[in-house]
Amino acid sequence: MAKVQGAVVVDKEGCKGCSLCVEACPQGVLNLHKEVNSRGYHYSFMETPEACIGCSNCGVVCPDTCLTIYRVKV
Amino acid sequence: MELKDLIKPENLVYGKSRLLEEEIMHYCPGCSHGVVHKILAELIEEMGLQEKTIGIAPVGCAVFAYNYIDIDWQEAAHGRAPAVATGISRLMPDKFVFSYQGDGDLASIGTAEIMHACNRGENILVIFINNGIYGMTGGQMAPTTLEGMVTATTPTGRDVARNGYPLKITNLIAQLPGTSYVTRQAVHTAASARKCKRSIKKAIQNVLDKKGTSFVEVVSTCSSGWKMTPVASNKWMEENMIAYYPLGDLKDSVKGENVLEN
Ligand SMILES: Cc1ncc(C[n+]2csc(CCOP(=O)(O)OP(=O)(O)O)c2C)c(N)n1
Ligand code: SF4
Ligand code: SF4
Ligand code: SF4
Repeated sequence: MAKVQGAVVVDKEGCKGCSLCVEACPQGVLNLHKEVNSRGYHYSFMETPEACIGCSNCGVVCPDTCLTIYRVKV
Repeated sequence: MELKDLIKPENLVYGKSRLLEEEIMHYCPGCSHGVVHKILAELIEEMGLQEKTIGIAPVGCAVFAYNYIDIDWQEAAHGRAPAVATGISRLMPDKFVFSYQGDGDLASIGTAEIMHACNRGENILVIFINNGIYGMTGGQMAPTTLEGMVTATTPTGRDVARNGYPLKITNLIAQLPGTSYVTRQAVHTAASARKCKRSIKKAIQNVLDKKGTSFVEVVSTCSSGWKMTPVASNKWMEENMIAYYPLGDLKDSVKGENVLEN
């Protein structure tokens, strides 16, 4: 079966650190960064990018539309 | 594959709708309003309705909805969005008109307007955000507040002997012959948000097909009013709100019929 690889680009400044994307990821890819953005929020980032399957679950639940998702078959 | 080779337009599978403005929404972190705004923007774009759509913004946290989705909007007085939507859709029957309302707006101060608009079968979509509280004004009890739920005005929890019972207004609306599609959805998980999007799409199509009023309740969180984190709010909502306000279609029929499915 073809494997898929995904990637998430986070709009750091738009992120409010709500963590809903972290919870929604079936692969445990995302986490909140220890750094904060200019508005003081710990923003989401790909902690284990190699595990991403590009399923878009994180993007779908983000209330602030901060996540753009890419996917390829490898 | 390297991430930089993966992140290319041809591999894009999910991104921001063109109809969502760049401005960062004023909503608190994790607020369900943001997810529902996004779904509406995506559908209006995908269905090619940008020029045809007129939204009616409420009083409540969503008062600034008109700043976030690039369509025509009209702001209404508290609870009066269905009356304003009635006027606009009757004068401009070729437009797609929807009202967007919270539970304080729709189920408290605006009860008369929503009941009569739905009973008349006005050809509109109603989006009803039920977060069980008055979010904007600081978390007071709403008609939808659950029994025992602590709010600013029920510090020891809602007591039904004093405050009455949580109002399942969507169940009442499903019994009105003017409504064609009445459903209760949520957006707290990716699966529920995708399902909610399909329901809103169907509701929009009903309005385009002039089938009367379509009504979509979205059981929602208000982490600030509930005084919980967004993640804890979702969990509390699932265990408490959805237990009382179960998800699913309440009615799916053509205008004039009155079939309660659950
Ligand atoms: C006529 C009038 N009465 C009262 C208010 C105060 N007020 C503003 S928002 C609101 C309640 C909003 O709650 P809800 O509709 O549940 O929306 P949310 O903020 O939770 O999204 C109230 C009572 C007002 N603005 N106008
Ligand atoms: S696209 Fe899917 S696998 Fe990748 S980070 Fe988002 S939720 Fe996780
Ligand atoms: S869901 Fe969106 S706003 Fe919340 S932490 Fe994730 S990227 Fe940030
Ligand atoms: S007060 Fe509640 S409803 Fe209003 S923006 Fe904050 S979380 Fe959302």
